[in-house]
Amino acid sequence: MSFLEVTAFLLDGFWISLLIFAVTLLCGAPLGLPIAFCSMSKFKPIKAISKVVVWIVRGVPLMLQIFIIYYIPGLLFDTPVFSYVDRYFFLNYGIQDSGRIVAVLIAFTINYACYFSEIYRGGIESISKGQYEAGYVLGLTKPQIFKNIVLKQVIQRIVPPMSNEIITLIKDTALANCIMVCEIIKQAKELAATKALVWPLFYTGVFYLIFVGILTIILSRVEKKLSYFRS
Amino acid sequence: MPLLEAKNIKKSFDKTEVLKNISFDLEKGQVLAIIGSSGSGKTTLLRCLNYLEIADSGKITVDGDVIFDDDTHKLKDQEIRERRLRFGLVFQSFNLFPQYTALKNVTLALELKLSKKLSSHEKKEELLKIEEKGKHLLDTVGLSDKYYNYPCQLSGGQCQRVAIARALALSPDILCFDEPTSALDPELTGEVLKVIKELKTSDRTMIIVTHEMDFARNVADKIIFMSDGVIEEEGSPEEIFENPKSLRLQEFLAKPTF
Repeated sequence: MSFLEVTAFLLDGFWISLLIFAVTLLCGAPLGLPIAFCSMSKFKPIKAISKVVVWIVRGVPLMLQIFIIYYIPGLLFDTPVFSYVDRYFFLNYGIQDSGRIVAVLIAFTINYACYFSEIYRGGIESISKGQYEAGYVLGLTKPQIFKNIVLKQVIQRIVPPMSNEIITLIKDTALANCIMVCEIIKQAKELAATKALVWPLFYTGVFYLIFVGILTIILSRVEKKLSYFRS
Repeated sequence: MPLLEAKNIKKSFDKTEVLKNISFDLEKGQVLAIIGSSGSGKTTLLRCLNYLEIADSGKITVDGDVIFDDDTHKLKDQEIRERRLRFGLVFQSFNLFPQYTALKNVTLALELKLSKKLSSHEKKEELLKIEEKGKHLLDTVGLSDKYYNYPCQLSGGQCQRVAIARALALSPDILCFDEPTSALDPELTGEVLKVIKELKTSDRTMIIVTHEMDFARNVADKIIFMSDGVIEEEGSPEEIFENPKSLRLQEFLAKPTF
């Protein structure tokens, strides 16, 4: 196989990696916010539930969580939902792995939402009480204070830890190959197994490096753009 | 009738009684200075007036309207928000909004209070009026060249002056200052005290918690000396400084300043 053919073959897998990355970010980042609010809730039961969920999700390997999401419907209800989806889309549309990808997306979204929620919580709690009080004495409502005063300061503070988490995310997508989703590492392993080519496995690193390089540039631009004020 | 009347204000945190039966009143246009050592309850009293703390019992009226009494606990947020607007508060640590310019800090609350029903044309006009008002207020505190600076680009004294303009924006009946110069370098306190002094010329009612004795003496019409959660002594600056009656006040005033 030529270099270009290998590159094209690996790219097929990298699109899947990017898909997992994008969906996890787009769904997980917003989902983290309600979890963060629950963790900060004054209503004890909600706070407790949220803390336990975050503890479990952060306390169990992501790979195991992927297995759990993928296999549990089959084990509990005797209906391997994700395999059905897999087969349906493959037979009707020729799309591979759709059910598995959905399982991975669910696991990733929940996992990352919990991590994001803790970043949000840290950011929100780091805003001084004085900012809220200044809003109160001006007669603003709580939502007005959050939206107009606190939010932007929180965003400024969470950009560095979020950048870290986002960069980790793209590399974590490799875990999807534990349930045979054809992301880039799985594609490289395929080449090693069928064509006895080992070098593509190492070559995958270049894809990650380039993408992380782009992410780093974008994220540091965001950070710089928000640095016009000091809170 | 006095503009502000506070009667039998009590406030405890857990088991510590911070305010033990505080009563005082204030005429319109008067400046009240509250002095006393740290932990005497001065700041808590101010925070109770501003609803940042809810007093346990007592009654506060402004211009005859009840601001706080024993039924207040049942009030809705909306009602509390309206009542607390009778007071403005300038904090010790400024608490400016760092992401907004000086001007926007002053105008933000006014902008957020604009009715949503306005047409875009009306809204534009109102926003222009608000901006003019904000600029005028910043001029009043001597910051006409700092409209578009962010708080991090301003000195402490300038920040505190922005905070004063911000508190004035909503035209409160009574403007409160919580140790407005305590977080400032000595060379910056002067400019802030000067601004506060200038505000007095109009018929503005003010309450100032302060450790600046000379300032209290020169600006206040009335001084309250607090100690251990009670008003130990109150009177005109002459009475308090020239002729202190209570032992505690005598001790307090005799303390050397370093």
